[in-house]
Amino acid sequence: MKGGRVARPDNMSVSNDAGGPRNQGRASLLVAPGEDLGESEGHEAGHGVLEMDGRLRATKHGRVNDNGTEIAIEPLRTAYIPRPSDLVIGYVEGCTNNIWFIDIGAPFNAILPMSLGPGKAAFGGTRSLMDIGEAVLCRVQEVEETHSSVVTMKGMGLRKIRSGNIEQVDPHLLGRLIGKGGKALRQLKEDTDCRIIVADNGRVWIDGEFDGIVAVRDQLNAMSDDAKSTGVDA
Amino acid sequence: MGGYGDVQMIDENGVRVDGRGPGDLRPVSIETGVIPVADGSARVIWGTNHAVAAVYGPMECHPRKIQRQDRAVLDVRYNMAPFSTPDRMRPGFNRRSREISKVTADALESVVLLEMYPRCKIRVEIEILCAEAGTRCVGLTAASVALAHAGIPMTDMVVSVASGKINGVVVCDLNKEEDNYGEADLPMGILPNSGELVFLQLDGDLSPAEFQEAWDYNMEAAMVVHQIMVDALKGGDA
Repeated sequence: MKGGRVARPDNMSVSNDAGGPRNQGRASLLVAPGEDLGESEGHEAGHGVLEMDGRLRATKHGRVNDNGTEIAIEPLRTAYIPRPSDLVIGYVEGCTNNIWFIDIGAPFNAILPMSLGPGKAAFGGTRSLMDIGEAVLCRVQEVEETHSSVVTMKGMGLRKIRSGNIEQVDPHLLGRLIGKGGKALRQLKEDTDCRIIVADNGRVWIDGEFDGIVAVRDQLNAMSDDAKSTGVDA
Repeated sequence: MGGYGDVQMIDENGVRVDGRGPGDLRPVSIETGVIPVADGSARVIWGTNHAVAAVYGPMECHPRKIQRQDRAVLDVRYNMAPFSTPDRMRPGFNRRSREISKVTADALESVVLLEMYPRCKIRVEIEILCAEAGTRCVGLTAASVALAHAGIPMTDMVVSVASGKINGVVVCDLNKEEDNYGEADLPMGILPNSGELVFLQLDGDLSPAEFQEAWDYNMEAAMVVHQIMVDALKGGDA
């Protein structure tokens, strides 16, 4: 609604769908926070949904996802909140004698203890192994209730990133980037002849020929712009 | 309240200085995504009022002394641009902006699910670019759209509207002249889905019957503005 709207008694009615908007039979409906999603009986409240006085209520701006038993909201925009076993790309932000602090794009830096680091170093030798500003591919090992998290580099393929480019997309767009069963991502890798790793925190590592990297970047930017301009199509 | 009781601001037919009837709002339009670098943002143009709100976070809470172990803190800053009024606003925090920042934070705290982000801070910046009465309402409305746009979980959006009394008549959504020379001003923050109240201030005198009338105007207007907020969120970014 862009302008010109004036409150008069005849247009000040509020729609009141007793059954909630999901009963209109439209797939993936867009909702705003506070919107009523109908009775909670027979449905569980999933992500972004709260049960209040026997009714379900949206707490986030996004699309309604109803799988029959659970109603959840797929948010249009969201901050990255780490979960255990997430694959993430982080930057070394600082270090002490035996700990690295890794920026993983979450509200808090994660810690990477030397015991979970990439190799052996003497006490005090953290910077000789990985210096501040370097990028690492790591996995979230543990997240506490207070959002402090521990990452590990012990595992298949987890390493320091020495080549290529790192791009950032909003975490909620990763599903679209990867596609069903990884189809879209596979296609992108084939088309551009690049190595691509999509991390759960929305950072994307691209390595390959210059033209390929540029092509992937363009595609990522186009996807982000598209999601932002329409809003409804994320 | 200026108290110039002889200033005629509403005629016998109930037409106000700007041509509105007693229950009419000024035109309201809302856009989201006006600050691309912010996590969420909104611009509200309400009559001649222009407000822009940007939300950053959840992020690590600094300074540490305001951090809470069990929930996030809302850091709200309301500010009027120096050029927002005809007589230049002195830049920086003053008593008024500090008060409005606080009441805005208090109103938003009752809807944002802060306990989902312990030890974090959510920064809400409200900038008034053009002021013409009721900027605290416009700022609060812009802030709640920006929070929703940022994907911050909240049980409802706060809609804020003010009603008041001019020449003994209760009217909705006061403009500059009515605010300056009127007899009362009642800004309210309303949760449109439950009809609950999270913010109320009263400047001037209202009888219980007048208070009820102003209350009803605010409630009705909040529903209209809420619909515009929802449409703005669903319509995508500017």
